[in-house]
Amino acid sequence: MTLRIAEQENEWINRDMPLTFEYEGQQIEAYEGDTISSALWAADIKVLGRSFKYHRARGLLSFANHDVNALMTDGVDTNIRADVIPVTHNMQLTAVNTDGGVIKDKGRYIDKISAFLPVGFYYKTFHKPKWMFPFWEDKIRKAAGLGEVNFNYPRITRAKRYAHCDVLVVGAGASGLSAALEAAEAGSQVILVDENRKIGGSLTYDMATDVNTGSLLKQLTENVLNHANIQVIADAYAGGYYTDHLVPIVEKRGITKVRAGTVIVASGAFEQPPVFRYNDLPGVMLSSAAQRLVNRYSVKPFTKGVLVTANDYGYRAALDLAAAKVEIVAVIDMRQTGAEGDLTEKVKQAGIAVHLGSCIYEVVPSSDKLGVSAVIVCPYNEATAEADLHQQVVLNCDGVAMSAGWAPAAALLYQAGTQMRYDQAVQQFVPNQLPEGVFAAGKVNGIFELEQRLLDGKRAGAEAARYLGKSTADPVAVMAHRGNSPSHPYPIVNHPKGKNFVDFDEDIQVKDFINAAKEGFDNIELMKRFTTVGMGPSQGKHSNMNAIRILARIRDLPVEKIGSTTARPFFHPTPIGHLGGRGFHPHRHTAMHEWHVKEGGVMMEAGVWLRPAYYLPLGINLTSQQAVQQEAMAVRKSAGMIDGSTLGKIEVFGKDAAAFLERFYTGKFASQKVGNSRIAMLLDEAGVIVDDGVAVRLDQDKFYVSTNSSNAATVYREMQRNLQLWGMQVTLVNLTGVMSAMTLAGPSSRSILSELTDLDLLEEAFPQGAYREALVAGVKARVMRVAFVSDLAFEIHVPSSAGLHVWQKIMEAGKTYGLRPFGTDAQRLLRLEMGHHLISHDTDGLTNPFEAHAESLVAMDKAFFIGQRSLKILQKKPVKKKLVTFVLDADFGELPKECNLVIEKGEIAGRVTSISFSEYVNRVIGFAFVLPEQAKAGHRFAIRTDSGRIEMAEVVEHSFLSLNQG
Amino acid sequence: MPLRLLKYAVSREHPAPRFFRDCTEPKKTYDAVIIGGGGHGLAAAYYLAKDHGITNVAVLEKGYIGGGNTGRNTTIVRSNYLTPEGVNFYNASVKLFEDLSEELDLNLFYSNRGHFTLAHTDSAMRTMRWRAEVNKHVGVESYVVGPDEISKACPQLDISCSGQAPILGALYHAPGSVARHDAVAWGYAKEADRMGVEIFQSTEVTSIDVKSGKVVGVQTNKGYISTNRVLSAVAGFTPRICEMVDIETPIVIHPLQACVTEPMKPWLDTILVSGSLHVYVSQSSRGELVMGSSLDPYEIHSTRSSLDFVEGLTSHITDMFPFLGNVKVVRQWAGMADLTPDFAPIMGKTEVEGFYIDAGWGTWGFKATPISGKTMAETIARDMAPDMIKSFRLSRFEDYELTGEKGAASVGH
Repeated sequence: MTLRIAEQENEWINRDMPLTFEYEGQQIEAYEGDTISSALWAADIKVLGRSFKYHRARGLLSFANHDVNALMTDGVDTNIRADVIPVTHNMQLTAVNTDGGVIKDKGRYIDKISAFLPVGFYYKTFHKPKWMFPFWEDKIRKAAGLGEVNFNYPRITRAKRYAHCDVLVVGAGASGLSAALEAAEAGSQVILVDENRKIGGSLTYDMATDVNTGSLLKQLTENVLNHANIQVIADAYAGGYYTDHLVPIVEKRGITKVRAGTVIVASGAFEQPPVFRYNDLPGVMLSSAAQRLVNRYSVKPFTKGVLVTANDYGYRAALDLAAAKVEIVAVIDMRQTGAEGDLTEKVKQAGIAVHLGSCIYEVVPSSDKLGVSAVIVCPYNEATAEADLHQQVVLNCDGVAMSAGWAPAAALLYQAGTQMRYDQAVQQFVPNQLPEGVFAAGKVNGIFELEQRLLDGKRAGAEAARYLGKSTADPVAVMAHRGNSPSHPYPIVNHPKGKNFVDFDEDIQVKDFINAAKEGFDNIELMKRFTTVGMGPSQGKHSNMNAIRILARIRDLPVEKIGSTTARPFFHPTPIGHLGGRGFHPHRHTAMHEWHVKEGGVMMEAGVWLRPAYYLPLGINLTSQQAVQQEAMAVRKSAGMIDGSTLGKIEVFGKDAAAFLERFYTGKFASQKVGNSRIAMLLDEAGVIVDDGVAVRLDQDKFYVSTNSSNAATVYREMQRNLQLWGMQVTLVNLTGVMSAMTLAGPSSRSILSELTDLDLLEEAFPQGAYREALVAGVKARVMRVAFVSDLAFEIHVPSSAGLHVWQKIMEAGKTYGLRPFGTDAQRLLRLEMGHHLISHDTDGLTNPFEAHAESLVAMDKAFFIGQRSLKILQKKPVKKKLVTFVLDADFGELPKECNLVIEKGEIAGRVTSISFSEYVNRVIGFAFVLPEQAKAGHRFAIRTDSGRIEMAEVVEHSFLSLNQG
Repeated sequence: MPLRLLKYAVSREHPAPRFFRDCTEPKKTYDAVIIGGGGHGLAAAYYLAKDHGITNVAVLEKGYIGGGNTGRNTTIVRSNYLTPEGVNFYNASVKLFEDLSEELDLNLFYSNRGHFTLAHTDSAMRTMRWRAEVNKHVGVESYVVGPDEISKACPQLDISCSGQAPILGALYHAPGSVARHDAVAWGYAKEADRMGVEIFQSTEVTSIDVKSGKVVGVQTNKGYISTNRVLSAVAGFTPRICEMVDIETPIVIHPLQACVTEPMKPWLDTILVSGSLHVYVSQSSRGELVMGSSLDPYEIHSTRSSLDFVEGLTSHITDMFPFLGNVKVVRQWAGMADLTPDFAPIMGKTEVEGFYIDAGWGTWGFKATPISGKTMAETIARDMAPDMIKSFRLSRFEDYELTGEKGAASVGH
């Protein structure tokens, strides 16, 4: 049987494009433009899924992207929302979270034992005895969850787009369209976003036989689509509102991050279900869902139905359904007073009986319990929420459409910081105080009547334009709601046997709220957490309002005193791939990068940089260990060169340059001679060593400062920050990426360099610590004598554009000397042999200069430097640990590793911070933190290895080079 | 089907009593007043009553119980810290957690999953070994493992992290667990209430009355309460409460954010943390992935979510699990983290007699809930901090006796 009907005026399906797909093994015919749910419904398939907790059969509910019980998988994707995802040809779908098919789901037994599973039951059991919990937990975890994750799903990297506009209008219903037009007419650039495939909002389905709706929709749509100032993004939703009008628009193709001048929220309202027994059976749906089915997809919601309503919208839906030749048995109005205007008359003229002051007491399930066979209608007492069972009427039907009211789709307004109030006229939360630059229009603003919604949009559009200074016109006046409230204050029907569902995501019934309150969870936030209402994937879109109403009644408080739970992003669940985008993993290459790679450099990450750890030249069979030792040995015996371009390089100049460095670093710079370098050690306020670099005085008021590679950004940022604080006349230029640097080290380095420069490199002319400017390989270079890896070494800085040229020239010149490139691993070994510690390798987040033998770099007699105050205090206290250099006993059994502990009398005395075998020294050498009393040269201490062995080591003087036995 | 659930099906009236009374009017005097009805405050109340027999206690909560960082954290419990003081302290907390469901007669879903701190760099590996060595020394089961062992425990993890940050190894911490955070607060509230503690929600302290260096009472929106012992356990609000007694702390407030996905069938059994990728993730018993990241880089007193956070986190999550692209994030949220300069908490007495502080938990302190409650209760009862928390005293910042948990953070990246 098909429920598809003849072509409707504004249907969204393309009858020229039929397609077939499979659901639970069954072939289904559909049209392009159908959603999965509409196609299944047209084929009279109504069990679209099973519920999360009790595995009850469920069909359509909202048909508006919160049908969380109709989640499907096609074997690739999971948790596909059938109500909104378009069906495609040859799709093969099954419902998620079922075992043995959606009809014969083995999990359905849980529904039968639901009486044993009261609200929060899992808190009350399974924990005694303790050892049984893992057993139960396994069962619970397997029962929970929705779809299965596909581990072979391809990695999605969707690019993000960025957009700016004057006015972002969220929601393209009557008020949103009207707002967009008004703002655009005033000269604003407008982006209009709507989650539906077509714009128009309720104009596309809520006709109620009004012939003007269609022409109004057509006219508004045309005006908007043809307006030069309006960009329409349909089939996309505003994911959330973030500070300063940042709104991510989530489309299928990815996210567009919109930064708007103002935001107009015209997102409408979610229809809310009345609550009665078995209101969840397949075939029972919201009236707006039924209207969407009929008017957009030309599908009957049922063949013979009942409409239950607690507002006038049920009457409108009845008219729409009757117009589509759906048989409506009756309109059951929970109110005594009935509808306004001619609605009742029209409905009666359509041959539909109206039962005022009545409710559905319960739905009678069909024999297979998978659908509706009848409803039991009783008089309803609005004050007590009880049905009068003395007057029962049984109405046979195969479906129910229900209207009870609306909850504002106010998530974005809440996120923007809107203060809401409860409006008695519409029985709804509406904005009371909007944040600056945020406006609301239409149903979300408590305006329901169509004419007024159009006006409210116009008003909001005008206010937005005025806020932007685009218009000075006074916005039109909008009439507050009058007459029947669009929402019923308490559309609940008590039933002693329950199964009157409030939250369909989580299977929460009225009694669950009552019982939660009895247990003390009678605050809306606690109730949410205990019952899990609103915590499912629909985030309370159809349940929060009823939960608030129920709690208000339990506590005998007005609704506004109960308040609402916080509405957090996202408006709809948003894919990780969309949010993550393409990922952003920038790497920096030095000017010599390609050369390193070509020469067999094994590249390692060093912060954002890639650096060669060591080189494995092609055609030579080396282990990494051999490579490192050979590279280091080359420096000791002849010469080696390392690419040091990653060093932080900052030029500091201006009248106060020397004074600035005096404050920033621990040493003295005022007295530094031009053409000399000094160690620049940086502390934090607590006296902890942060960085050590070299400061060269280029001129009286100009310095060139280097930092450790990993600290370049930090030091530059701290310099800037302190400059602001201190207000000194200094300019900073970060040359880190601008200058290439290389260190040519070893006994032959002088001879090699002399082939490329006229500079006098002899010891007397260019001593340790000196700085010179000269042409090297024809390039203007900054050259300094540094002794980090070798006593004789030249650090050469040239513009990066010439970095590779100079590097290659030096390599060529050094060929006959046996010059080799060396990587960071050899550098670590070489500096260890020299007895130099590495900041943040040998020191940690608490190490001060007194612990790291760096007292000599600290000028305590200066007026001020960062960390000085702390050092003055620390100076008076005993040192707790000391960094020492050590040599491991030659006959060690297991080589200790970095961070193995130093053990003294069974307690932790310190740890190894660096350790390495040195071929040059022919011993294992290293740095370690030890107790102060262990720090004297010659002292022996114990290191505990990974396997728990104790290895002995001896403290030595700083440089290991004297130990060279070669 | 456990027998305990039978009564729910057979009784006409819901057979469960209130977890705690609906207290509205505070008495004039209490032996102790606890400001803050989060996990820590409620645990302190519970242990005051249970361990020390002090039951004339009021817990004052501005909002609702467990509504602050107790309800916002990612529920991880572990003790693989860096300093022996830290490891000992958190290990004691883990031990209390293990028996807590039985003790409070509430299923806290305390679930032992095992915890991997992934290392993507040499320096991270060094820190892992450092932590492992200290943990082992103190008797906590943590050790460094290689990529193979990680893959065995979590075969879905891309060890190369999509080629962006290959995993070199990890610190494995066997006791690592997750628990149902809200229930911890409820359980302590329930049992504290049973012993006589009074819990007041929607009750805000507006000032603290100090006379000649001693606490004599607190002013609340529900009237004045005299007491000579006050515990502040208010996390992000610590600076505001301390201002009332004119005490300065070095605490700064940074937002910390988290998010959850839609529920899915169980696949992730372990807890994974990556310092380099700024990710921690576990799967809740409901099936959601619960994910967090590092602290927001700026100081701000706000619980507003940012898009940046969720973009960065999800980008890194797909490095680890490339197949998650179409799994959806349902909800994100933020809390206020109270940070100290050395990343260790502030606990114990203060210079104001009778004013006790429990703060500085940084990443929210959920894992310390039982032990902080127990040790703070002892501190209040004896007016003396137990040895276990002496190194966390407030005065350490003046004495330069910092506890080096920052060490890990500093060398970890």
